[in-house]
Amino acid sequence: MIFISNNLYTYLILAVFLLVIGIYGLIQHKTFIGMLVSTELILNGAGINFMAFNRFLVPDPATGQVITLFIMGIAAAEAAIVVSFIIAVFRKYHSIDPEDVIELRG
Amino acid sequence: MTFYQYIAEGLFFAFVLLVITGSFITIRARILMHTVMGLAVALLGVAGIYFYLGSMFLTLMQILIYVGAVCIVLIFGIMVGSTPTEIAEKNIKEKKNIFLAVSAAATAFFLLIISLLKTDWISALAEAGDFSVEHLGENFLYQYCLAFELISVILFIAIVGAIILAREGRENKGEPSE
Repeated sequence: MIFISNNLYTYLILAVFLLVIGIYGLIQHKTFIGMLVSTELILNGAGINFMAFNRFLVPDPATGQVITLFIMGIAAAEAAIVVSFIIAVFRKYHSIDPEDVIELRG
Repeated sequence: MTFYQYIAEGLFFAFVLLVITGSFITIRARILMHTVMGLAVALLGVAGIYFYLGSMFLTLMQILIYVGAVCIVLIFGIMVGSTPTEIAEKNIKEKKNIFLAVSAAATAFFLLIISLLKTDWISALAEAGDFSVEHLGENFLYQYCLAFELISVILFIAIVGAIILAREGRENKGEPSE
């Protein structure tokens, strides 16, 4: 009997699911925070993909872990930047709705 | 297939269920705080998936960085913004993007699934591997040294930039803004 948890396709389909859910949320959410959360889902899907390919297709097991850790670092930096951006925008516009922020001046 | 393997498979399904439930909460919740809670659940599930892919270290890092740090930062961002009920009312009122969102997601899903199932994946010759933290650290400091340092610089610049962005225009206002 084949194990579900020891199959490449399981992980790839799960990653595709996370990517698709992320795209859906990115379009459908009405706030900056919601869009940021959807971006985190997409990045996690990418991480699962790297780890799955690393586990099943690549002889050296460190590469996928290294790249997934890089993705985590980038995602943390991105979250910090976007949250400070949201604070600055909210101080100026008193809203975190992207459709209220229609002018970007210096 | 022994008893323990059944338990392992069941736990794997539990983690997958955690990911699916969390991401559905993330995109369907009306209150923004529930969105971040759903994200935390989904990220815990992804941590379990990393465990099944053989990396205990990544599991711990996922819980520490994502569930611990990123979710806290997001919750802080929500508490600064509008009150939850305002956003919830706005989300109920405007639902015009649903069709666009569903079509984009479905297109991406079918394109990726078809190409995924049509590819012949060539598996590695030897499954043997060293998943230990020592091997990972050696790779970080020899092979990926430049990228590692660049990530550190990016994190540093991001933190400094976040501080500058968030405190701009704070002291030159006479009265506190509400």
